[in-house]
Amino acid sequence: MRFIPTLPTAARASRRKFICWLASFSASILFTSSSFAAPATSEVNTTGLAVTDDTVTVGILHSVTGTMAISETGSVQAEKLAIKQINDMGGVLGRKIEYIQEDGASDWPTFAEKAKKLLVNDKVASVFGCWTSASRKAVLPVFEQYNGMLYYPTFYEGLEQSPNVIYTGQEATQQILAGIDWVVEEKGAKSFYLLGSDYIWPRTSNKIARKHIEKLGLKVVGEEYYPLGHTQFNSVINKIKLRKPDVIYAIVVGGSNVAFYKQLKAAGIDMTKEKPLLLTISVTEDEIRGIGGENIEGAYAAMKYFQSLDNENNKSFVKAFKEMWGEDIVVGDVTQAAYLGPWLWKAAVEKAGSFDIDKVRAASPGIELTTAPEGYVRIHENHHLWSKTRIGRAKTDGQYEVVYETEELMEPDPFPKGYQ
Amino acid sequence: MFSDYTSTELVSIFAMQGFAGLILFSVFVLMALGLAIIFGQMGVINMAHGEFMILGAYVTYLLSNLFETHMPALFSIYFFVAMIVAFFAAGALGALVEWGLIRHLYRRPLDTLLATWGLSLILQQTYRTVFGAREVGVSLPDWLMGSIPLTDIIEIPINGLFVMGLTLTIAVSVYFLMFKSRWGGQVRAVVQNRPMAGAVGINTEKTDRITFALGCGIAGVAGSAFTMIGSTGPSSGQLYIVDTFLVVVFGGAQSLLGTIASAFTISQAQSTMEFFLSGSMAKVLTLLTVVGILMLRPQGLFALKIRH
Repeated sequence: MRFIPTLPTAARASRRKFICWLASFSASILFTSSSFAAPATSEVNTTGLAVTDDTVTVGILHSVTGTMAISETGSVQAEKLAIKQINDMGGVLGRKIEYIQEDGASDWPTFAEKAKKLLVNDKVASVFGCWTSASRKAVLPVFEQYNGMLYYPTFYEGLEQSPNVIYTGQEATQQILAGIDWVVEEKGAKSFYLLGSDYIWPRTSNKIARKHIEKLGLKVVGEEYYPLGHTQFNSVINKIKLRKPDVIYAIVVGGSNVAFYKQLKAAGIDMTKEKPLLLTISVTEDEIRGIGGENIEGAYAAMKYFQSLDNENNKSFVKAFKEMWGEDIVVGDVTQAAYLGPWLWKAAVEKAGSFDIDKVRAASPGIELTTAPEGYVRIHENHHLWSKTRIGRAKTDGQYEVVYETEELMEPDPFPKGYQ
Repeated sequence: MFSDYTSTELVSIFAMQGFAGLILFSVFVLMALGLAIIFGQMGVINMAHGEFMILGAYVTYLLSNLFETHMPALFSIYFFVAMIVAFFAAGALGALVEWGLIRHLYRRPLDTLLATWGLSLILQQTYRTVFGAREVGVSLPDWLMGSIPLTDIIEIPINGLFVMGLTLTIAVSVYFLMFKSRWGGQVRAVVQNRPMAGAVGINTEKTDRITFALGCGIAGVAGSAFTMIGSTGPSSGQLYIVDTFLVVVFGGAQSLLGTIASAFTISQAQSTMEFFLSGSMAKVLTLLTVVGILMLRPQGLFALKIRH
């Protein structure tokens, strides 16, 4: 049941290698045949979705206003890039993708309302969207009631598996376990200070982290949460100094992030000396722009994607992203995961030979992308992605230097046994 | 609670937390002074206070870029220039807002709440359009970074000292302006009795405008200073607005001294509790205490202060 979709990189590599040339040759035959003989709309759309003979309409649902706009902008840009690239290659089943973009406005009921609008009024064939867990939880009943398909890009706390959602970011264990194992094995860490913003994702993640640390026979010397938007971290920094942990495990988000790292640096904790070492799962290249590279230099982050990843897929992705959205832009982990959404959907539609939601869902497990910027990913039975975990070290220029990546793909495990 | 620590550690804890509390105190005073003038003296509930602060932060960001590219030699002192420009930029916007919006609402204090709330949304969206939705990083001169180590554990952040010095300077200037200068006398006269103040020849409209502009200008300086410790984004102002109102209301809206006393109480209580409890619990307890005290001493609450 392998299905390898064609991505633009395949065509580029073909200039160098004969085998690839063959591949691209057969791919181009595929295109030609598909654009000349696109399957009839009545065959590929039996449930009345917004599919015509030459277009298919999808939805993009993110916040472009309000507090979350900071984070969600990158995802919107990535999804639009992917859609454009797919259209440039001939679209899906011979149909160009058109999108309707709705603004969730950082407000969870608005997300639910807009999701309903997209599914009921616009009859979109799939939706790429949501960012926070709260917004996903708000739209979930809508997607399940009206049988829509949501591609959700953010790394999140897990404990969820909906037939109507494909999770293209990591669930908690994928991000956490490999990161902690790495600091324990490579850096000899023995004690941890867990810190986070006070809501579901950091709390669930730290719970998993604590269980894992204690399983390894090591010590958690502090665990603490601050309200979202908190701007004064001097007290917790003092506590960290007193308890002298080997690792500060930080899951601070949003504007608090900036305050935390600036104050950490001002308090004389130099992360380049690794005493203590700082490991985070919440700071991507996007966030570093606000924090300032000099304030977070030396910190480690456990992610699946960094902009600096050295592979051909990623180079052409970053190049295309910058061409479309400007030279200065940075690409973070979630942005890349959002980019996968349209490609995974395209692959599933083509494998199913239909836009029908039920057929796309049935076709999804086992779909693989060999040309994802992060490398290779595959959709698991549980609708999450098999992907590698990587550790990056922050540099002053705001980029991460990749220092480690797992040998194997990490299996997604949204309901980890023994961690709840 | 104390048994986990040795006695030398306890001394360090109190020294460090005391200092952390002092920094928090300065931050609170700096945030609240501008609002204390606008809300306390003029009776205008300015929900856009945070956005005026962020204007100062964005001015600092623009100037840091300007100095970095065109005058790298002077980069180490750009922060002072930035604070002055931030003061005048936020003040000018304040004067404009007073002229276009606030002066029509002096007899309807609750409506100022809605109007300035709308203004804050407009400003946030403007920042988002101009500077982008993402937070911007403001680079600081090296001498503002880092800390002075006193002992192994106790280190004093330089930017904390800087904020303390700045707060002191501004608080003293405001004191002299309000209570020792001729202009301050006019402001207080207008607040106490507008028709009478007008009758003795005070230009009340001009006084209002300058008072509002001054309050906004101080917010701009605060925003500029907070680029050292916080984030600069379109909605960052929202992070400060609750604490700011808390300090001003708790202190008793009309008293500048009350604002300072309340900032001191809240900051010390919060930073001490943060050490022994978790951050969220400390916040909850601080708010509970404030609510409790306000129930006993409601003078501090939103006393409807309609101008006559």
